[in-house]
Amino acid sequence: MSLFSVNKPLEPRSRTLVALMSFGLPILIWCMVSYVPFIWHPDMKVTDPGSVSYFRSDMLVDKETFYKEQEKAQANNAAVPTGEPANPVYLPAPHEVVTAFYTAFTTEPKRRSEAWLHESLWSSIQVIFWGFVISSIIGIPLGILAGTYDFFSRLFEPFIEFFRYLPAPAFGALAVAVLGIYQAPKIAIIFIGTFFQQVLVVANTTRKLDPALLEAGQTLGAGNRSMLFRIVVPGILPDLYRDIRILLGWAWTYLIVAELIGTSSGITWFITQQARYKNFDNVFAAIMMIGILGLTIDLLLAWIGRRLFPYQKGTK
Amino acid sequence: MSDFNLPDYKQQSPEVRDRFERLKQRPVTMEVKGLTKTFNSHHGEVTALKNIDLKIHKREFVCVIGPSGCGKSTLIRILAGLEQASAGQVLLDGEAVTRPGPERGMVFQGYTLFPWLTVKRNIMFGLIESGMNKNHAEAEAREWIELIGLGKFENSYPHQLSGGMKQRVAIARALANRPKILLMDEPFGALDAQTRAKMQAYLMEIWKNIDVTVFFITHDLDEAVYLADRILVLKANPGEVQELIEVPVPQPRNPEQFLSPEFLATKKHIEELIHPPSEESDDDHLNLVRMVPVNDDVGSVF
Repeated sequence: MSLFSVNKPLEPRSRTLVALMSFGLPILIWCMVSYVPFIWHPDMKVTDPGSVSYFRSDMLVDKETFYKEQEKAQANNAAVPTGEPANPVYLPAPHEVVTAFYTAFTTEPKRRSEAWLHESLWSSIQVIFWGFVISSIIGIPLGILAGTYDFFSRLFEPFIEFFRYLPAPAFGALAVAVLGIYQAPKIAIIFIGTFFQQVLVVANTTRKLDPALLEAGQTLGAGNRSMLFRIVVPGILPDLYRDIRILLGWAWTYLIVAELIGTSSGITWFITQQARYKNFDNVFAAIMMIGILGLTIDLLLAWIGRRLFPYQKGTK
Repeated sequence: MSDFNLPDYKQQSPEVRDRFERLKQRPVTMEVKGLTKTFNSHHGEVTALKNIDLKIHKREFVCVIGPSGCGKSTLIRILAGLEQASAGQVLLDGEAVTRPGPERGMVFQGYTLFPWLTVKRNIMFGLIESGMNKNHAEAEAREWIELIGLGKFENSYPHQLSGGMKQRVAIARALANRPKILLMDEPFGALDAQTRAKMQAYLMEIWKNIDVTVFFITHDLDEAVYLADRILVLKANPGEVQELIEVPVPQPRNPEQFLSPEFLATKKHIEELIHPPSEESDDDHLNLVRMVPVNDDVGSVF
């Protein structure tokens, strides 16, 4: 069977293979750029400074400068510097990043006041968690009300529709002024970034519930309260769960902004700090950790979802 | 349909006439008085139903048939209380119908079982709404599941059932509330012919054994004549009663009657009512010319 049939699933074997390629290809490109010298490698890594006064071993110099100094030394019959082609400091090779996954956790912070990586990660997870939970506790019920009753839809949605265009980071200074400089303003930014979208998304999902189910309920004698709690809520639950998963992904994108507010902390602080020390292997490792963490949580939630809603065919 | 000496559909055998006499003596379960429904559309006011009068007697089986757009779905939705009439009244046992309620059970064409509930819990839904306690409701639901022969599927979810099974559960769910009238809106319309025939037989069985009046919408002539005591024929634009037909086919019905003279006569009459011969002036037709050469291998299909 062809690999490109419109709207037809691939055979199971090619399916797995293609899915692996989804990760394999970017990694392959990265490896090529890192390990094959003639693809990129715009810099030279000095192995022997020779007679050049400002060269040091392991220093990165761009090729042009390096060759100029080499020629100069040759012309003067002084000791010739040697070096090997290298990528710039901001593109570490895969094996360096893989090592950093481990060493980043074991490297002691440079100053005693600074956090270990696992502490930074934990702080980030807490910010996301609380921001998202507080938003959901208020946002989901409001969304369901707005989706069920036109009254609440008219009451909430115009304002929320306006508010969601205000960028959450814009409230940073305000959040610090009101909530101090520690975790609270960061949680507030996640909240602002999530809440308004959440109400609208949940309201929409609620409106998409098959009206025939509501009519069936009415002819079975369901009153207003029952309609809400015995039909609307259970009826939208699988879709609501899927919405929450998507929204949680959005919340992660607000994390970086949120953590720059007040005292920087969490994984963002770790990343900026490591970049300042030019430990780009650690920077890459930390960025990937966010990705891995997000994907793991999402896969976990998907797995739980399949168990929670056995009656839902094709829940992904 | 060509004429091969069909009797007049109004000719009833003495037994059938006697039965209709007695039927009309029964108390009236549902009465529709001067029912009119108008909608406001972009083209102004549209009359969907106009001045409908109908008396449905206790344990009678009434079918409604009519061309598309005759407002038969609107009619049943008003009887259910899901829509409000613009004028006129619907009375159930003498009391005006204003909103949906469990004493008027409804079965929809689309499958409206709650997908998150098992068969048993779907049937328990209405019972619990009526204030019955859970254990009692469960026992009652089990009985209904046995009655409709789905004992093995008590804990299945709707998506695991076939279309016919789903509609059986939907009927049981409505009947569990002990409704005075069962409103059915093309309930078998989405089923294949074989399943549909089976479901019709099941429905007759249920109707015979349970104290319930049935109001059944269909667009299938055979189904209407086979099931109904009386058939309400509507016409479109506006939806008005064209005729209320007493089906001369003797009860109890069986599939062999599909070819009986009374059956065919009634069917022919309704066919003529719904598709009058003069309606050929439509511009809705194909514009085909011959696209096969005359000297082709197969020059003509005849």
